[in-house]
Amino acid sequence: MSDPTAIGLWGVPLAILGGAIRVSTPFIFVSLGETITERSGRINLGLEGTLVFGAMIGYAIAVITGSPWLGVGAAAVAGSCFGLFHGWICKFPKVNDIAIGIALMQFGTGLAFFFGKPFIQPVAPHLPAIPLGWWSSLPQVRAALDVNALFLIGIVIAFALHWAFKNTKVGLIVRVVGDSSDAARAMGLNPNTVRLLATAVGGALAAIGGAYLSLYYPGAWTEQISSGQGLMAVALVIFARWNPLGCFLAALLFGGAGALGPALQSVGVTQGYYLFYAAPYVLTLIIMIATSSRTRSLTGAPGELSITK
Amino acid sequence: MADTTPDVIAAASAPARAGYGAFVEQVARKSEAIVIPVGAVIVGLAIYSVFLLCLGKSPLDFLSLMYRGGFGSSFSIDNSLTRASPLLLTALCVALPARLGLVVIGGEGALVLGGVAAAAAGVPLLGQPYPVVIGAMAVAGALTGAIWIGIIGALRHYRGVNETISSLLMAYIGIALMNQLVEGPLRDPASLNKPSTYSIGDAYMIPNIPGMDVHWGLVVGIIACIACWFLIEKTTWGFAARISGGNVRAAQIQGLAVGRLIVGFTALAGGFAGLAGMIEVAAVQGNANASLAAGYGYTGILVAFLARHNPLAIIPVAILLGGIDASGGLLQRRMDLPDAAVLVLEGLLFIVILFSDTLYGRFKLFNPDLWERNRT
Repeated sequence: MSDPTAIGLWGVPLAILGGAIRVSTPFIFVSLGETITERSGRINLGLEGTLVFGAMIGYAIAVITGSPWLGVGAAAVAGSCFGLFHGWICKFPKVNDIAIGIALMQFGTGLAFFFGKPFIQPVAPHLPAIPLGWWSSLPQVRAALDVNALFLIGIVIAFALHWAFKNTKVGLIVRVVGDSSDAARAMGLNPNTVRLLATAVGGALAAIGGAYLSLYYPGAWTEQISSGQGLMAVALVIFARWNPLGCFLAALLFGGAGALGPALQSVGVTQGYYLFYAAPYVLTLIIMIATSSRTRSLTGAPGELSITK
Repeated sequence: MADTTPDVIAAASAPARAGYGAFVEQVARKSEAIVIPVGAVIVGLAIYSVFLLCLGKSPLDFLSLMYRGGFGSSFSIDNSLTRASPLLLTALCVALPARLGLVVIGGEGALVLGGVAAAAAGVPLLGQPYPVVIGAMAVAGALTGAIWIGIIGALRHYRGVNETISSLLMAYIGIALMNQLVEGPLRDPASLNKPSTYSIGDAYMIPNIPGMDVHWGLVVGIIACIACWFLIEKTTWGFAARISGGNVRAAQIQGLAVGRLIVGFTALAGGFAGLAGMIEVAAVQGNANASLAAGYGYTGILVAFLARHNPLAIIPVAILLGGIDASGGLLQRRMDLPDAAVLVLEGLLFIVILFSDTLYGRFKLFNPDLWERNRT
């Protein structure tokens, strides 16, 4: 990359835009997955562990087979297994879904580190990027608009989910189960089965988000691969009011916040690196404080969700 | 987590009985709280053994090495106890709010910031008498931790912010803040490879317990656990906390200041985590550096859940987990297992113990109420 200062401070917003697109993709997938799960009335905090495991298995399969897309597929399968496990164990009485999520976070991360040791050295093929910046002669613009296919798939899923929740039978079933177990039972639905499947789909999407991390950006499997994306996505879903399109926009915002530090660094601002690194967490916290309320329940919140009760 | 309420209800609804029968009933009730967690740990180990067998490793070797690495020699016992000492305090950081029904899992943030605050308070005072320096460090560490986690409690009560997520976010922020401070304003320019604050010097370090290679922090942790048990089980505040943990509405109707309880308990909890950070600085590291974020805050979550948020049970569980952690190195060398083998085992135990929550009140042996039902 040429000297970013060549286009002056324009480099900063450009780098933030490019960074937002790159950094937001895992957020999009995890938050969409969590939206499905939470809409069905469960919360899965274990997505952080699922994401790390997805990153590991995606990378490992890509190394072994040479195909990054097979890696993404393997991650989705593994993620849905984690989701099924969470969904199954939470159906027992007195088992707390939040606590199980914390346990699965540790378990998933532990398993990923356990099996991931041999894959820290090998190099896996990356997921392809689509150069949407071909029209520009500026390398910065080209770099910013090198968009990964998964980002575009994420947008499609966001719109599809938004439509499906409103217009399809499956969408309605998930929403009914999430709003009232009793109403769902009265309709002859089994809330546990619906939640089981919703958690499985959520886990699959979260693991794809993890595979993106290891197979595209930052693009290698390390034990520090996740910086809490799986967990921030849970907060992001609340901020987005369980709306898939809102998740997409919120993910872009978070991605931008995460890209702030590196973008400023690229134009020579090196002070306060760690503080900029913390920007997404601070932003999440501020948003949570601003949007929560002590007295009224959140608009759009599924009635059966333990976290908003 | 309202662990105590079923007991209370059961005790109240059971028909009064005198003499031998009452004693048997009491033993049956009490033993449920021991047999189920111990059984869960055994089941967890059994599942883990299957996992090892699938990988072609011997579970017996694993268990015996874990025993040797954790408790097999005086050296390994000292090592386990040293690791257990911060766990005692970080587990309290989870257990105290849990008695109020809050899942606070951000002890790591309070620990690292407590450590940094302790170093920042101690270094300018060097040269003063020992109790002044150590006292100032302890107050600074505990106060910082108390504010950090107390904020989470306040946000929960006054703004309705979910405490689980906010505490974990605050942990990330706390670690970033620690890195910034240690590499920036508080850095000792002489620390080249590993940025750290100025050291407090050997003269001001917390010494070892006589006859052992374990620092006094262990005793502090054990006393803290006993004091917390007393607070929760034997004082009015603890009783009030248990009531609002069981049912917030009921507590409010009784006129309990739930807000003050929540902020007070979370602040106290954070104070313990901050104190753990101070002890790590004053007894182990000698200064504040990135090694403070060693995961004690996260292992503390597991300890608290395994102990079912009972401060007395935290003591043996923390020592057990300290032993498991301490055996990691030996397992790595002897069995060629990655260091994450211990993480997997801990995650598995965590899941099994949470799953075992569903078993309470199901076994006839432990539930005299069910005996009655059969007789009639």
